Amino acid sequence: MALKLMEEKGVPLERQRFTLRELTPAPMSKLDDDAFTRVRIILMNGIEMGANRFQHLAAAFNEDLREPLARVRRVEHHQQTMVNWLLSPDDSPLDITLGYEQVAIEVTASIAEHEPDDYLAQVYRFGLLEDFDHLYRYSALADRLEGKDANNILQSYTDVLPGRPTSFEHRDPHDDLRDHYDRKAAAPLSKVHALTLFTGEYQTHNYYLTIGPMYTDPIARGLYAEIASIEEQHVTQYGSLCDPKETWLEKWLLYEATEVYNYHSCMQYEGNPRIRAIWERCLDYELGHLQFVMGLFKDIERRDPAEVLPEELPDMIDYKSHREFIRKVLDKEVDYTAEGHRIGPRGQFHDGARSAEYRDHLNKDGSFSETVAENYVWRPGTELVDRSPRLVA
Amino acid sequence: MEATHSREQVMGHNRTGIKASPMDGRALERTVSDAPPPHTESLQATSLREKFTRQADRFGSVPVVATARGVAETALHVLQGHRLASFTDKLGERLAFERSGVRAYEAVLVKLEALGAWRGGPTRDLLQAHCNEELAHFHMIKQILEHLGADPTAMTPSADVAAVQASGVFKVLADPRTSLSQALQALLVLEDVDADGWDMLVEVAASTKQDQLAGKFRDALATEETHKERVRGWLSHAALADAQRTGDGRQQASMH
Repeated sequence: MALKLMEEKGVPLERQRFTLRELTPAPMSKLDDDAFTRVRIILMNGIEMGANRFQHLAAAFNEDLREPLARVRRVEHHQQTMVNWLLSPDDSPLDITLGYEQVAIEVTASIAEHEPDDYLAQVYRFGLLEDFDHLYRYSALADRLEGKDANNILQSYTDVLPGRPTSFEHRDPHDDLRDHYDRKAAAPLSKVHALTLFTGEYQTHNYYLTIGPMYTDPIARGLYAEIASIEEQHVTQYGSLCDPKETWLEKWLLYEATEVYNYHSCMQYEGNPRIRAIWERCLDYELGHLQFVMGLFKDIERRDPAEVLPEELPDMIDYKSHREFIRKVLDKEVDYTAEGHRIGPRGQFHDGARSAEYRDHLNKDGSFSETVAENYVWRPGTELVDRSPRLVA
Repeated sequence: MEATHSREQVMGHNRTGIKASPMDGRALERTVSDAPPPHTESLQATSLREKFTRQADRFGSVPVVATARGVAETALHVLQGHRLASFTDKLGERLAFERSGVRAYEAVLVKLEALGAWRGGPTRDLLQAHCNEELAHFHMIKQILEHLGADPTAMTPSADVAAVQASGVFKVLADPRTSLSQALQALLVLEDVDADGWDMLVEVAASTKQDQLAGKFRDALATEETHKERVRGWLSHAALADAQRTGDGRQQASMH
């Protein structure tokens, strides 16, 4: 069901309030809720975090916008809190990490499938295979460090297989930048896609940097440091897709539209009625923000929001398994690499000397991502299922 | 094997206590010395926590047994409804616990190889034997669950809680800075809980006249009791070695 962006008024900003108790809802169930509920919580926390970060930066550069930004930002912050507090505390940091990677795989796959621009879709498929490999490495860690099965978190929606090897993903910054979309020509959906993944990956990067040092196992600490480095590359990649010529207010409009779009997708798919009501409330609040910013856009920039926003946003994020799509991409594009802004088969490009040198240096003393998953093959119930109990003395 | 790289405790510049900061510590103490002790009984937080506890959802459910065939074929058919759910839950907990136990022993083996042990401490062969026995228990529970038509890959609520409970233990085991005796101390927490878990399964199986199952569980219990006693023994020898140790007592307070 498409949402008419210009017509839906949502809840006016002045009526958007929270109590402390509302900020701390009861968590989802790790065991009984659908894995995609966790995926949605993680993604929306990232998008809210991105909106908050953008609005702080915007305030630093726009004196006239400081007050409206402060008002909207407070609500964004409280929405983020309410959403993130839905995570279940019996999920360990590693369980949540697996959830972050499931977001990066399934949401990116949905976006890659729906993206109307071929170049952008290629960029998304490229990033997808890297996060796919991270899931495999973290699954090996969960299995080998604590005897845990990653599939208890993933609920069979996502394969646990090697992707583009993480140790090969390290690239010189020049090879992480991509061509940005053209703000005048790009489809609104392309802009929303780019912001969704930019903010989602940014939060993944934040999360790994926060929890990585809390591990005691040296390989776990190294793995988080290594994958955080790739996430920084992904933030660079996805951030570079956004047209830098967009004005601050234009970007603010797009951030609000991205939140509307994503909460709407969450609401459509959510099976837990209590959590669905939270998505619905956030959607109504975001529609209120969008109306508010459209007003600023008209008053300050003297422009019609319809220049930036479509009448309606179609094609929601598909919260479902993308197994077949991912397997095809894996089959065809696992050997792809990047050189400058271009992505293609390793043979076609030289995989520029810059990245080769950068990677060789970074991996010089060994690679944690290789060590953690040496000969690892995921099995239902962990790899110990294959180990013979007849070894008993 | 004698300890080659023991983690001696040394006296040094620990900054955490108030006496480590003579000036600031005294200033801090002065700010509170005149205030009467506050009332800390009947705090609101306690009643609020009670309220949350009453209202909280459960962690989740026990997965439905896929086929009733397995249950029907055994005397477990007397277990119905919540009793069957409870038994499956506890079997799921033991399965996850034993599986994690394999990884726990692997972590202790790393300590042993890296640091060595003391006289009367663990040997590689015994630690490996314990590790193998945890693996054998994991496979045994897996087979029982499969026989019952249950899914051995599912995480049951008790397995989930047990993993939260053990998370601190795994942090200690994985930390390269902990000594072998500190790791064994953490392992003892697991072994203690493990033996109790088997004991409970024996009781349930016996009360439902599941003689064959009860026998298997008793064997596992005996093995886990042996593990527990051995780990205790290794730790006792560590304490003894510490007490008998001569040397620079000022700098080195503990051997392991």
